[in-house]
Amino acid sequence: MSWIENRLEEGLIVTSLDWAINWGRRYSIWPMTFGLACCAIEMMAIGASRFDVDRFGAGAFRASPRQADLMIVAGTVTYKMASRVKRLYNQMPEPKYVMAMGACTIGGGPYFKNGYHVVKGVDLVVPVDIYVPGCPPRPETLIEGIMRLQDMIKNQTLARDRWQGAKEKVIATTPSFV
Amino acid sequence: MAPEEIAELLRKEFGDGVADSKFDTAHPRIGVKPEAWPKIARFLRDDARLGFNFLRCVTALDLLEDDQLSATFDLHAVRLPAKEGADCELVHGLCVEVRTPRNDPRIPSVADVWRAADWHEREAYDLMGILFENHPDSVIGPKGRHPRRILCPDDWAGHPLRKDYMFPMEYHGIPAVTEMGQTRPVH
Repeated sequence: MSWIENRLEEGLIVTSLDWAINWGRRYSIWPMTFGLACCAIEMMAIGASRFDVDRFGAGAFRASPRQADLMIVAGTVTYKMASRVKRLYNQMPEPKYVMAMGACTIGGGPYFKNGYHVVKGVDLVVPVDIYVPGCPPRPETLIEGIMRLQDMIKNQTLARDRWQGAKEKVIATTPSFV
Repeated sequence: MAPEEIAELLRKEFGDGVADSKFDTAHPRIGVKPEAWPKIARFLRDDARLGFNFLRCVTALDLLEDDQLSATFDLHAVRLPAKEGADCELVHGLCVEVRTPRNDPRIPSVADVWRAADWHEREAYDLMGILFENHPDSVIGPKGRHPRRILCPDDWAGHPLRKDYMFPMEYHGIPAVTEMGQTRPVH
């Protein structure tokens, strides 16, 4: 939708179009399979029949970042992994969202004080939209996080698209290594 | 064979190559000097009386008080089962400790004697900084030839499990130590 984004004031046409596009976007969040540690087990659980995240339209786990909308960073991000996380984020098409799942991803977790190798929060590497606390979070918590993300997408508008305007800024605030 | 007997045998064969041994602990071990270690390793594996054909584990220790680093090799002599489906039989076990000075820790690699030593020695180099000489998977670094790192990134500075290790302040632009975090490990 780049031909229309950021070109119009918030008028009637954009509002109605917003409603339709946001409706489509928020019920077809395709997450990327991105299990880094034990949190990934809970992430797998939401895809299975007991918790069944397909009910919320977020069950199509993609193996490629190029087909995904949501990166659930599930597990401990080490410095060695950080460059890969960044690269995968850059490979995702816009609109893209990042969910920091679990204590390690939010702020280093148990490795905050004594871990020499753990990134103290994945938001130092990629911009994060939703933080899901827990160690690991229960599947219900993760579904709650996806629903909060859906609320966020619901309030988006084409007139103020965060990727179009913020593109330069997002890249500049994240590390510029590989 | 008991560790005492093996130590006696090694002393007869190699004389000065055998260092202080400890037998009155839960984990009896024979001390070996680094320069004699490859020959002794080959002897331990190939001698018919010993036959240590299985390297179970390599443990690296930081002995800060003694200003030494030590690598401990746990060996098993395993007899293969006579018929298919039976269990392997443990003949005897042995622990060999090789100590090396902390400021220039060099131990000859035994990866050509036991293949299992390859990754173990890489890990001991990565986390403890023991330089295994003539390791089959070596790279040239700023301080000369050393085994390739196995866990940390290739450009990592320092060896994290050493007792005087300082945590990095940043890594490729990512801030590492926060005001609430520590700058060094607590032992």
